Amino acid sequence: MSNTHRTPGVVPGRLAAGAYAENFSDKVPPLDPHEAAVAADRCYFCYDAPCTRACPTAIDIPMFIRQIAAGRPEAAARTIFDRNILGGMCARVCPTEQLCEAVCVREAAEGQPVEIGRLQRFATDALMAGGSHPYARAASTGRRVAVVGAGPAGLACAHRLATRGHDVVLFDAREKPGGLNEYGIAAYKAADGFARREVEWLIGIGGITIENGRALGRDLTLDALRADYDAVFLGIGLAGVNALRAEGEDKGHVRDAVDFIAELRQSTDLSKLPVGRDVVVIGGGMTAVDAAVQSKLLGAENVTIVYRRDRAQMSASEAERNQAAAKGVRIITGAAPVRIIGNGAVREVEFAYTRDEGGSLAMTAETFHLRADQLFKAIGQTLDGAPEGLALSGRKIAVTGPGRTSLAGVWAGGDCAAGGDDLTVTAVAEGRDAAEDIHASLIG
Amino acid sequence: MAHLASEFAGIKSPNPFWLASAPPTDKEYNVRRAYEAGWGGVVWKTLGSEGPPVVNVNGPRYGAIWGGDRRLLGLNNIELITDRPLRQNLREIKSVKRDYPDRALVVSLMVPCEEEAWKAILPVVEETGADGVELNFGCPHGMAERGMGSAVGQVPEYVEMVTRWCKASTRMPVIVKLTPNITSILGPATAALKGGADAVSLINTINSITAVDLDAMAPEPTIDGKGTHGGYCGPAVKPIALNMVAEIARNPETAKLPISGIGGVTTWRDAAEFLALGAGNVQVCTAAMTYGFRVVEEMKSGLSQWMGEKGYASVDQVVGRAVPNVTDWQYLNLNYVTKARIDQDACIKCGRCYAACEDTSHQAIAMSGDRTFTVKDEDCVACNLCVNVCPVENCITMVEMPKGQTDPRTGQVVGGYVNWTTHPNNPGATCAAE
Repeated sequence: MSNTHRTPGVVPGRLAAGAYAENFSDKVPPLDPHEAAVAADRCYFCYDAPCTRACPTAIDIPMFIRQIAAGRPEAAARTIFDRNILGGMCARVCPTEQLCEAVCVREAAEGQPVEIGRLQRFATDALMAGGSHPYARAASTGRRVAVVGAGPAGLACAHRLATRGHDVVLFDAREKPGGLNEYGIAAYKAADGFARREVEWLIGIGGITIENGRALGRDLTLDALRADYDAVFLGIGLAGVNALRAEGEDKGHVRDAVDFIAELRQSTDLSKLPVGRDVVVIGGGMTAVDAAVQSKLLGAENVTIVYRRDRAQMSASEAERNQAAAKGVRIITGAAPVRIIGNGAVREVEFAYTRDEGGSLAMTAETFHLRADQLFKAIGQTLDGAPEGLALSGRKIAVTGPGRTSLAGVWAGGDCAAGGDDLTVTAVAEGRDAAEDIHASLIG
Repeated sequence: MAHLASEFAGIKSPNPFWLASAPPTDKEYNVRRAYEAGWGGVVWKTLGSEGPPVVNVNGPRYGAIWGGDRRLLGLNNIELITDRPLRQNLREIKSVKRDYPDRALVVSLMVPCEEEAWKAILPVVEETGADGVELNFGCPHGMAERGMGSAVGQVPEYVEMVTRWCKASTRMPVIVKLTPNITSILGPATAALKGGADAVSLINTINSITAVDLDAMAPEPTIDGKGTHGGYCGPAVKPIALNMVAEIARNPETAKLPISGIGGVTTWRDAAEFLALGAGNVQVCTAAMTYGFRVVEEMKSGLSQWMGEKGYASVDQVVGRAVPNVTDWQYLNLNYVTKARIDQDACIKCGRCYAACEDTSHQAIAMSGDRTFTVKDEDCVACNLCVNVCPVENCITMVEMPKGQTDPRTGQVVGGYVNWTTHPNNPGATCAAE
């Protein structure tokens, strides 16, 4: 192929053949043993450590780092997995700069936190490289639990239930398990098929049957699940996407960012994946950043994120934004799309600057145009296809305590449930805690 | 910059930093490099009697322990005295001394505990132009089993006897190097003095096993599946060495005996501490073995700058400055009351002080919900543990409670000097009223 950065339109193969592997390799390379020893040595083993308190899954971080420092990364991994069975993925995708590392006392002391995320990866990689699963199941309870959604919440819930001796059937609408880990996050955050490997390793506990291609509302009903199983956990995520509500949204090459990311993640040959020369991404979250950065990495010449509010209100973390900027992505804030212009396919987008009027956003008369041959919408996902009869809180499933819904015998967690940040690690915590509550209700 | 010129036991050197008798001083090549790097003196690695030299193992000779970031804290050595022919060493010593006349060159010696052996070697050493000899009565491994090294140093009568032989057989200054592998350093130190020694040097290395290879189930360093105790040195031994130097310096009988301080000197500050406790100069080995000879530059500039700041014009003015303040426990002021103070601006809220105090001390630190750590004066015994475990230097300090205030822990008013010798709880107390 002879396409380049400057080839007009949405085309594949903008880069030299070797560039794809390089661009989509690990964003943060793993620590080698020496680097890990040096990094671990910096931990002060704080009392009632702030990092652990900042972790939604409450991993005993000083302990696992001490275990690394003492030359036992596998023991460190056990400490991590005890609290967070998806500790491997969380080590890669957690916004540590907003959680554990933000409160590290060495951040206070010298502006340089202990590299907790990378150390966690060092430990979990070491244990997972051994191939065997570290946990054993309790004696079978004979109870069966349906877990709907094989994303982080569902996987964490299923694993904990399995360790407690329950039999779990894990349903997922997609072809592969993993949820956003498999379909949603940027490829360079979970390189080398890590999401798939992690699921395979996780179900090594036994007692978990995965049924893919089974969607709630289409192939399954909550009523039937409640009748057939002793308990049900819903970790169905946010399958819907918000509409732009701008004129011309139906033009060609206007697309949901989540679909683009999913296609990219499932692509076996990224040189065949088309991308625009001028890509515009609308939104201010991680999805917007992931779509923008990956567009750039696929060879787009100009990539611009446009967010309607100011920079501080973007849900993408500062580190994510810096990463995008470092890759050459331009970020425009305080502007919203008015009109998508093009003959069939998008050619340019008209934006208006916005103004904050007492909390609500208003368009100003000042507008500008951005050339775009591809437009990604990343303005948030919504709960889609929640079963009838479940009380909602806002636009999510209402839960009390450890994920109890308004229906007896039905729990929910992860992005579909109200409360908590929409983070992988939060989903894991909610799935895990719901599992313990389900266990208590089944056994108690 | 203060003047660092040194005269120790009549031996002049441009600065008080000598390389100790050890692997770095075994050959002309190394010693020339040392002098070029600026070392004030060298104690040539121990020579043995004429004849077939000793042999060393051909496996690993050193073991180690490390602190954070694999910083070498302690080194252990199973190397013996020089394994090169006596004549070769003597030739090299003569050559080096000729080219570096302003530097100190002392030759370490260890020969069998017989007068003839010492009488034989001293003249040939003297012929090299060396400035003095150091009697190796300290080596704790290998040679001790042959009746030399620490086998001599551990018997004060032998120390005195050999020292006397040497003094009678040479006009060179005789420095007696002492082993720490004894109960009281005063025994051999006094013996050296009685034998006529011009000075003592200490400490030699400490018997040690640094680690065990848990796969081979053998001590490290492991030689074909076996290990043996070696001589321990480096920063980890400094506290032991400082105490032994101070014991000699504050003992009236030995107080005037010049001391060459050895044991973990790594920076200028370590050297200044040895000097303050009575050492006339210092000898260095592990720091050079860890970082190379250039470390002496920092030692010289640091010591000189500090002396300048403090108004000490020469090394002599530092020597022994802290000795009057080394005392026995029974004379410590029991009315000296301090309390820990935490500088909240410097605190990084790690909570190590809290864990240490709560778990292992006196529950005298309070922790609030927002991780503010404060000292409870009513429980603080001023043990200093919080200071020692705090990662931030000077974040926690011990503040003296003024006289006349009431210590909230004891309810007692802080008064003047009192010590254990007159304390009512002391059954052997002398009359308190006197």
